[in-house]
Amino acid sequence: MRTIRFILQKEFRQIFRNKTMLPVIFVIPIIQLLILAFAVTFEIRNINLVVVDQDHTTTSRALISKFKAPKFYTLKSYLPNYDQAAELLKKGQAHQVLVIPNGFERDIVKDSKASVKLVTNAIDGSAAAIMNAYGNGIIMDFNQELVVESMGGQDFKQPMQVSYSYWFNPELNYTTYMVPGILALLVTIIGMFLSSMNVVREKEIGTIEQINVSPIRKYQFVIGKLLPFWLIALFELAFGLTLARIIFSIPMVGSVPLVFLVAAVYLFAVLGIGLFLSTLANTQQQAMFLAWFFAVVFIMMSGLFTPVESMPYWAQQLNMINPIAYFIKMMRMILLKGSGFADIARDLMAVLIYAIVALSMAVWRYRKVS
Amino acid sequence: MLLPGSGSATLEGYDVVKDFRKIRDILGYMPGKFSLYQDLTVEENLRFFAGIFKTTPEANYDLVKEIYSQIEPFKTRRAGKLSGGMKQKLALSCALIHKPEVLILDEPTTGVDAVSRKEFWDMLDRLKRKGITILVSTPYMDEAMRCDRVALIQAGKIMDINTPEGIIKNFSSRLWSVRTNDTYELLLDLRRFKATRSAFLFGQHIHLTLVDNAGSEPEIRKFLEDCGHQSVEIEETRPTIEDCFMDLMKG
Repeated sequence: MRTIRFILQKEFRQIFRNKTMLPVIFVIPIIQLLILAFAVTFEIRNINLVVVDQDHTTTSRALISKFKAPKFYTLKSYLPNYDQAAELLKKGQAHQVLVIPNGFERDIVKDSKASVKLVTNAIDGSAAAIMNAYGNGIIMDFNQELVVESMGGQDFKQPMQVSYSYWFNPELNYTTYMVPGILALLVTIIGMFLSSMNVVREKEIGTIEQINVSPIRKYQFVIGKLLPFWLIALFELAFGLTLARIIFSIPMVGSVPLVFLVAAVYLFAVLGIGLFLSTLANTQQQAMFLAWFFAVVFIMMSGLFTPVESMPYWAQQLNMINPIAYFIKMMRMILLKGSGFADIARDLMAVLIYAIVALSMAVWRYRKVS
Repeated sequence: MLLPGSGSATLEGYDVVKDFRKIRDILGYMPGKFSLYQDLTVEENLRFFAGIFKTTPEANYDLVKEIYSQIEPFKTRRAGKLSGGMKQKLALSCALIHKPEVLILDEPTTGVDAVSRKEFWDMLDRLKRKGITILVSTPYMDEAMRCDRVALIQAGKIMDINTPEGIIKNFSSRLWSVRTNDTYELLLDLRRFKATRSAFLFGQHIHLTLVDNAGSEPEIRKFLEDCGHQSVEIEETRPTIEDCFMDLMKG
């Protein structure tokens, strides 16, 4: 115990004396949180719409005015034919083109049936899907009104009516959705990078030689290396949550101690990975690359930016070994939904096993022999 | 730190592979490269190394006192900001703070000035008198003379192991020290000399041994003067350990 205390004391002294690392540990995460939370959003605003109205009737104008109403549509221009509009699509100046063909109104009156064309620039697939949904929604709405009108202005009762309510995030607020995930991300990066660099640093400057000839036991060394970053990461999480609460008014439906329990277990897994990587690497550069490689794959697949459910089956299976995916999921469940211990027990167990495996591997790989 | 490829080694009767834990407690090690924490202060380094050996600087202060007292005025200074000599003293203090029975030093004086080198060896002498076994590697032959036993190692093979006197006594050839006004030409000429067994530069002189100890001073002098050398000085000299090393290397 005393040995561990000495190692801890040394580690903390070194961390707080490092004039470059301190800001990296404490300031940069805050900046990241602020930037990412405000910038990363799936909402589409400012859709540039180009209209090709070949009908020029009251009905076509009524449809167009429907598109003018929502704040996220900007009517860029009216063009006489589709070719010119397509040109704007190509140039990237238009996101969507609405084509109302000649005879639109006549068809509605005569056949009770007409078609319009909505073309969406799908360079960014997920954005296109959202724009498409917006456009469809407006057209459906318009359709509904036409039906009502044709029934002589009486309110028409549909046999089935769909109404939506979005649970756990009623306003579909993206900050609410993103911030718990971003916090998970920051804690992960701090944990994995700091721990992976640390042991390698001792290798690089040669101090590990002195440690290796001392009676320090492997587990004491690993604990001494692990605890400081574990505490720092938890502190950072606390700080981040406070900011999220104050600045973004993130709901905290569930129990905050449970969040920290989950984070505590999760951090052992992440730090275990970091320490394991640093036993593999001989220079800080190697450690950095290894950590970066794992971090990028884990983050991209974690469901932070794209829903896990829309990934191919094999990728979803792969996420079984992605600790970040578990953590983000649990963070969102607890904070937004108020899940209790029983709801997350399975995921927490997975992370716990992960932590045990990663830490054992780190202890096993750390050699006092060179 | 390294597992043996073959063979075995013992330290104070402990096997280096089987009893490594025991050895870690009784061994003090000072690596060739300064490997203390540069971002910790002098005192923090000492305290840390005492701590991980489960002792305190106070408990063994008498052992390091002489060395540590010299750097104690700078105890709040970061180790990285110390001069080379002071770093070396701190490293030695840290290696000694747990009162080891055996002290291993890897080229401790490489790159250290002559005065500090002498001071350092005086310190080692005093430690030796306190009963600590010291194993030190060095490229300096004058330092080897200060040891009780010397092993001459070339390319990983021990060529001879003996007391310094014993090693010198084993030097069988007569050794001539030759000097003229042109040392370089002299070396080239002596290496051409038929009777020469070996000729090495030794400061301003050339140390010369002859095949079967055959030649005599007048013969060498005659040969050199025939080669056009002036003010030739030749005298027989006592071999040093460096001569022995060169001789052994020749096989």
